[in-house]
Amino acid sequence: MTAAAIGADAPRRVVGGSIRRSRRWALITSYFFLILFAIFFLVPPYYQLATATKTSEQISNQDTNPWLPAMSAGQEGLNPGGANAGKANLAKIKKDSWLPAAVQGFMANISQLMNDTDFPIYFRNTAIVTVCVVIITMVIAVPAAFSLGRMKFWGSGVLATGVFLTYLVPDSLLFIPLFKVVGGLGLLDSYWGLVLVYPTLTVPFCTWIMIGYFQSIPKELDEAALIDGANHIQMLFRIFIPVALPGLIAATIFAFTVSWAAFVYPMAFIYSSDQLVLTAGTITSLVKADVYQWGMIMTAALLAAAPPLVIYAFLMDYYIAGLTAGATKG
Amino acid sequence: MANVALRKVVKKYDRTEAVRGIDLDIADKEFIVLVGPSGCGKSTTLRMIAGLEEVTDGEILIGGDLVNDVPPKDRDIAMVFQNYALYPHMTVYENMSFGLRLKKFPKAEIKSRVDHAAGILGITELLERRPRQLSGGQRQRVAMGRAIVRNPRVFLFDEPLSNLDAKLRVQMRTEIKKVHQTVKTTTVYVTHDQIEAMTLADRVVVMNAGTIEQLGTPHDLYHTPRTKFVAGFIGSPAMNFVNCKLVEAAGGGLSTRLGNGLTFKVPPDRTQRYKSHVGRELLFGLRPEHITEPRGDLRPDCQEFDVTLDVVEPMGMETMVYFMVEDTEVCGRVNPASAGAPGQPMRLVAELGNMHLIDPQTEAVI
Ligand SMILES: Nc1ncnc2c1ncn2[C@@H]1O[C@H](COP(=O)(O)OP(=O)(O)O)[C@@H](O)[C@H]1O
Ligand SMILES: [Mg+2]
Repeated sequence: MTAAAIGADAPRRVVGGSIRRSRRWALITSYFFLILFAIFFLVPPYYQLATATKTSEQISNQDTNPWLPAMSAGQEGLNPGGANAGKANLAKIKKDSWLPAAVQGFMANISQLMNDTDFPIYFRNTAIVTVCVVIITMVIAVPAAFSLGRMKFWGSGVLATGVFLTYLVPDSLLFIPLFKVVGGLGLLDSYWGLVLVYPTLTVPFCTWIMIGYFQSIPKELDEAALIDGANHIQMLFRIFIPVALPGLIAATIFAFTVSWAAFVYPMAFIYSSDQLVLTAGTITSLVKADVYQWGMIMTAALLAAAPPLVIYAFLMDYYIAGLTAGATKG
Repeated sequence: MANVALRKVVKKYDRTEAVRGIDLDIADKEFIVLVGPSGCGKSTTLRMIAGLEEVTDGEILIGGDLVNDVPPKDRDIAMVFQNYALYPHMTVYENMSFGLRLKKFPKAEIKSRVDHAAGILGITELLERRPRQLSGGQRQRVAMGRAIVRNPRVFLFDEPLSNLDAKLRVQMRTEIKKVHQTVKTTTVYVTHDQIEAMTLADRVVVMNAGTIEQLGTPHDLYHTPRTKFVAGFIGSPAMNFVNCKLVEAAGGGLSTRLGNGLTFKVPPDRTQRYKSHVGRELLFGLRPEHITEPRGDLRPDCQEFDVTLDVVEPMGMETMVYFMVEDTEVCGRVNPASAGAPGQPMRLVAELGNMHLIDPQTEAVI
């Protein structure tokens, strides 16, 4: 409502005003919407964090505000399913009572997650799958994009469009036929099956990003390299990959995010807990029948989100540069 | 270093015929400029010499070897592009040495060659910079440096100065000429700017619509153009063309009747050449610099005439005066001191020794 009011107000005030005033209004309006969106997007993670500080008993307590983090230390052993090792740790943390209750609760949840569940195995499996998928994706997508984007051959244009179209097929449609394929290869219930199928999602999109990026490089650059005596492999590795590094990083982040956060495939293909990955594993092990261990689920989700967050923070500038370059030329 | 020869070279793209059978012999150490309007096939010709475009028909020889099917890297040529095409992620040193490094030259040899080229071009202080830290003129120098260090048999330039501002263009033009005088490599240079062509070339190739219109020294092209196209393309401001009728003069000899009652006597030494065209409607061509104010005694090949000035454009060193002959605007170049005002009559002198007559059907200079 307020937004609309300001939007309607601004032009009327600008009519008689100076350029400086209209710029000030533009600034105020943009800040207003930026803050609005920031709140909108930060509320879910905040709620997650608040919940992650509590025990299941505290969460189900109707007397406390669910929007606030834990105010008092939870009682040990109240998390159902907590094994003895976890309890011992819990007790140790409780002794460091100088810490705020919320931090204590959060650390207790982490400790229990690490010691009493298969969360560390999921984390390791996810890391293995993701690293492999990123490597496979790049090894396929970069040369594919180079040949589709830079070498004109019969059908290269149609192929480039086709690559993008395959990306548009949703994975919820693909997982049934892929189940057959993975099963036929004997890779069901193994995270290596995921390493095999995730590239069906990542390769087309990454190829598409890289095609756009490679095409934005002036053609004189490869002609100069050609005259300088470079063959196509040298051209790719010594000219195109370094020049298109921002695009390459954008594609890497994309492949990383997709395979880190994929849900449908692991849910469908994996059922042993030593093979599960973070997304499906957290849900299957922390939701037993209709018992939701919300505190630990939220903690697990936060920990699972940490690696992508760290990577984004470091590579954000490259990511944006790469995406926009691909967008304008793709 | 080597000579380059093109034999009936044709280049067809899907529908368009960009180059239509070009014959050209370029001598060793020669500086050849391909000049012509945009789209006439200059770049295509150059790129075929470089090996970046396949030849549809005909032969290209470098140093006597047929190179039609030789890839660019084995032709031993170097090319400078309009947008420089420097590798953005490499320093100037790395840019210049890239080709040598690919060919696995010894490090010391690479260094001495780069230092030598950088010395010639005055970019020794820039070797550690990256292209984005350089000005347009410096990038241009690096692009030339990259060509020089390879010590190729042929230099190819495709409009290397057209991204520079006017002042820098003149400066770099001189620089390119100096470099050629130092390294003496056979050079093929493409430009659409006829002044660049005239100042740089040993010989100029004027191209039009995929064919060679005329090949000659700058002096030849200026004084004895063979077609209307060349006559109009070379020289700035462009040659004036006025419709005329060639008639027998009263006192013997020939004269051209231009309209507005303006009649110019044809110099006697041209009578023989033009005699067979008497009575025809032709095009009379005369450059602005050959229409001047009266200067001292009238030479025998000059003729005075009176006009009413239309437009007067002072240029500083000289003044351009424009007047109408029938419905054609004609330009003359006069001394600023003697230029009249617009709307005023002025007496001018036509240096008819420099006139041309053009057959309007074939557009050939008679
Ligand atoms: N890759 C191409 N595909 C199709 N036509 C082309 C191609 N390159 C050039 N042409 C055409 O060939 C003609 C000559 O082009 P070019 O040699 O670049 O002219 P310029 O003299 O301006 O350098 C033009 O009509 C141009 O449209
Ligand atoms: Mg061109």
